[in-house]
Amino acid sequence: MTMTTRQAPGAKHTARQRTAERFARQAGTGAGALLAKIALLAVLDATAVFAVFTALVRDSILIAVVTGVLTLVINVVYFKRGWLPAKYLIPGTVFLLVFQVFVIGYTGYIAFTNYGSGHNSDKDDAVMSLLQATQQRVPDSAGVPARILADGDDLALLVEREGQLLWGTSESPLAPADPAELEGYTELGFADLLARQQEVTSLRVALSEDPAEGSLRTTDGRTAYPYTSTLIWDEAADTMTDTSTGTVYSDTGVGAFTAANGQQLMPGWSINVGFDNFTRAVSDPSIRTSLLSVTAWTFIFAFLSVATSFFLGLFLAIVFNDQRMRGRKIYRVLSILPYAFPAFLGGLVWAGMLNRDFGFVNQMLFGGTSIPWLTDPWLAKFSVLWVNLWLGFPYMFLVCTGALQSIPEELSEAAKLDGAGPLAIFRLIKLPLLLVSVAPLLISSFAFNFNNFNVIYMLTEGGPRLETSGLNVGATDILISMVYKVAFVGAQRDYGLASAFSIIIFVVVAIIGIISFKQTKALEDLN
Amino acid sequence: MICVTLETLTFDRLLLIEFHPLFSGGAAPLVESISVLKGAPMKPTTRSLLASGALTAVAALALTACGGSTAPAESTSSPAQESEAAASSATLTVWVDANRAPVLTEAAKSFEESSGVAVDLVTKDFSKIQEDFLRQVPTGKGPDITIGAHDWLGNLVNNGVVQPVELGETAGDFQQVAVDAMSYDGKSYGVPYSTENLALLRNTDLAPEAPADYEQMIAAGEESGAEFPFLVQVSETGDPFHLYPFQASFGAPVFGTDANGAYNAADLALGNAGGLEFASWLAEQGEEGNLRTSIDADIAKEKFVSGDSPFLITGPWNVEAAQEAGIELAIDPIPSAGGEPAQPFVGVQGFFVSSKTENLLAATEFLTNYIGTEQVQTKLYEVGNRPPANNAAFEAAKDDETIAAFGEVGENGVPMPNVPEMAAVWEFWGVAEADIISGKADPAERWEQMAGDIEAAIGK
Repeated sequence: MTMTTRQAPGAKHTARQRTAERFARQAGTGAGALLAKIALLAVLDATAVFAVFTALVRDSILIAVVTGVLTLVINVVYFKRGWLPAKYLIPGTVFLLVFQVFVIGYTGYIAFTNYGSGHNSDKDDAVMSLLQATQQRVPDSAGVPARILADGDDLALLVEREGQLLWGTSESPLAPADPAELEGYTELGFADLLARQQEVTSLRVALSEDPAEGSLRTTDGRTAYPYTSTLIWDEAADTMTDTSTGTVYSDTGVGAFTAANGQQLMPGWSINVGFDNFTRAVSDPSIRTSLLSVTAWTFIFAFLSVATSFFLGLFLAIVFNDQRMRGRKIYRVLSILPYAFPAFLGGLVWAGMLNRDFGFVNQMLFGGTSIPWLTDPWLAKFSVLWVNLWLGFPYMFLVCTGALQSIPEELSEAAKLDGAGPLAIFRLIKLPLLLVSVAPLLISSFAFNFNNFNVIYMLTEGGPRLETSGLNVGATDILISMVYKVAFVGAQRDYGLASAFSIIIFVVVAIIGIISFKQTKALEDLN
Repeated sequence: MICVTLETLTFDRLLLIEFHPLFSGGAAPLVESISVLKGAPMKPTTRSLLASGALTAVAALALTACGGSTAPAESTSSPAQESEAAASSATLTVWVDANRAPVLTEAAKSFEESSGVAVDLVTKDFSKIQEDFLRQVPTGKGPDITIGAHDWLGNLVNNGVVQPVELGETAGDFQQVAVDAMSYDGKSYGVPYSTENLALLRNTDLAPEAPADYEQMIAAGEESGAEFPFLVQVSETGDPFHLYPFQASFGAPVFGTDANGAYNAADLALGNAGGLEFASWLAEQGEEGNLRTSIDADIAKEKFVSGDSPFLITGPWNVEAAQEAGIELAIDPIPSAGGEPAQPFVGVQGFFVSSKTENLLAATEFLTNYIGTEQVQTKLYEVGNRPPANNAAFEAAKDDETIAAFGEVGENGVPMPNVPEMAAVWEFWGVAEADIISGKADPAERWEQMAGDIEAAIGK
């Protein structure tokens, strides 16, 4: 950033200010600063040009255009005089676009597709893969030594079977090799084979005029095996026909070739399913019941986590803030310690300590009883809250200590003179003032705990599993861990449904955030 | 090391566990592989840094020989030998885990020299490979070849990201169980390189004789005066992988098999009479305290290593820790509890070819004529310490008693089902077992409910 950043925009310029500005300008913007600016932008532009080319080579027009436009905007903003706010805002805006808006947009897009297990690519890929997989080597067939011949673009397969040389191409079935016909063909060496390997490996030579007999194919350029294929792809009719059963599978718009009886060929492909994922979330009974119970627990968990850790933190802050207490520093350091512990590590250590038969808690504190801390649904809920309290109170303690210390002593003294007891002082003076600065933090803490994946997953993995639920969810699962399980656990990965859940979470957290920030505005009026 | 069962691990959880002071006893082991597929049991292993260090030198010696020796016997000479002009611009991208990367570097170099095809080895975390492969192949940015575990196969095929690999004549070079495991729907989808399975580790100081059956094992265990008569990890969410040998001994496999020995997902055998017998046996053992859900992988290993039990049912990954602790080990077949042989699941590791590869010919050549060869498989065995899939390499590796013993147990094992329906089974299987062992539910009722849930999930 150059001299323009030193200018207060819209300031009224007195003569003295102008002189001061001139000095500042001379001091701050030598050729060095300009050169640095040009160098930085040059690096950025070079990277952008490279990125645009790479994107164009890979046919990603959209990425190329977006990159190009963004770079152009950045250049204009930084080379133009003035436009100070833009100079400040651009970096943040770009990161916001890339890391927030794009991610949310993409999640939103996935939520409207059936992207997931069995539907993880497009239709062309599915067709290709089905046709690949249907290639079945004729049982117990022997491989025949093969050579690949080429005449320009035409490939031919020359094989030796029972001492006889046979040849064929993709058009003409296998026939005894006639030297006259082979004229013009040359044998491909290994390097040539590699150079044309896609043609070579897709070359199929029918064994006879009857296609049902199968065809010869080689995947190593040396040995050919007879293959039969049971699926036939009719591109015009958009159907797959299973020749062994005669079943016709057609594209019925569900993202897979489907037979009349509803049987599907896997893999299918990813399609737009509209609001299906959302309607499934609320109409499919097995999903709905789990979604409801998990949502309820998520709210309880987030609320209780914030409430317990706030009150414990506040209590400790008040106690350690009292001048009469000795060794306050040591106590303060000790209470901050859990904060220095990474949450996931904390979760794992606690999981070990709460083990029913071998854990420290049961062995040492409860004299060797077998309390199922993590496997009983209610105790597991309690354990999760307990561990989260342990992890969370130091933060609240720090925040409250800071806020308490910033409240002027005179206020309490004045109240004392007016005859207020300590409880009244706290309730009527300190707490409201405290909340002014702490309330926004409580809201963000609520949002954080709403999505507190670490504690849940490291401690209980969401368990114990709910017997009655159709989804793989447990008694301590919160929405985000449920989303994780739907998307990344198990064989039936359903990215579409998981994205739909994510959108729901996003909406819920956003609404809570908006409402509560509106509420805290009321608190600010206290000032 | 933990063997976290079912219900997933996040990557970071996994990472953490590795470094977690509470859980790692002695030498810090590395999780080597996880079947991400619906929490299929993961197979952690320990690896010797020493071995991987020494390996490069050995590999260099041995691999110089593996270029031209494997041409098919037929009339054409090996194309690999013909090409001196490395004119081809083809590059094979191969995903491989860190343990096996050094071995493959050597194989890749010799392949590059003889064929002119460059091999780009990309080292990935084994536990993330399946997920990444599933996502990247459709975008066209996936590799040509990836390392993987056979129980991923159903999921990979169902998502259309792998294609059949013609093993051709070389199929006979591999152990049958490995070839079967790498096949799906009658087609071979990969080149296997190693197998692994559970066996019974016995502390010979505490139990001098191999037990003939489960009762004998418990009797011997109680006689030894150790804290636990025998150990097997169960964990709060159940560990059907480790309990399967006992289940099999009651004649209750997961799926029935068709004429070719392939699993038939439509024939769920789990809930049969043998399964119910097994369920009541679980309840009995849970009541007697022989099976406990509080014993997870770490605790089981720790207690065995510290001599608190004469027996531990585990895989090769825990052998090193026990040996380091100075325990005199014997490796025995798993004793039968229900009368029939206690067959463990056999897991097979191998290489798959992407459905979207543009280098099928080079990939096939690399896999069948380099990776599949005795030399490379021997090298892979030396870093992984698992019985090689290649028969000749396996015979050679039998000099190592541990490998021979595990291999022998594995020869009587069954491949872990690789059908995608297996995911539904994992989802309900372990929790039900844990519930029965901990006495939370009536064994027969719970077992039947589980079988019903699985059937419903498969039918969906």
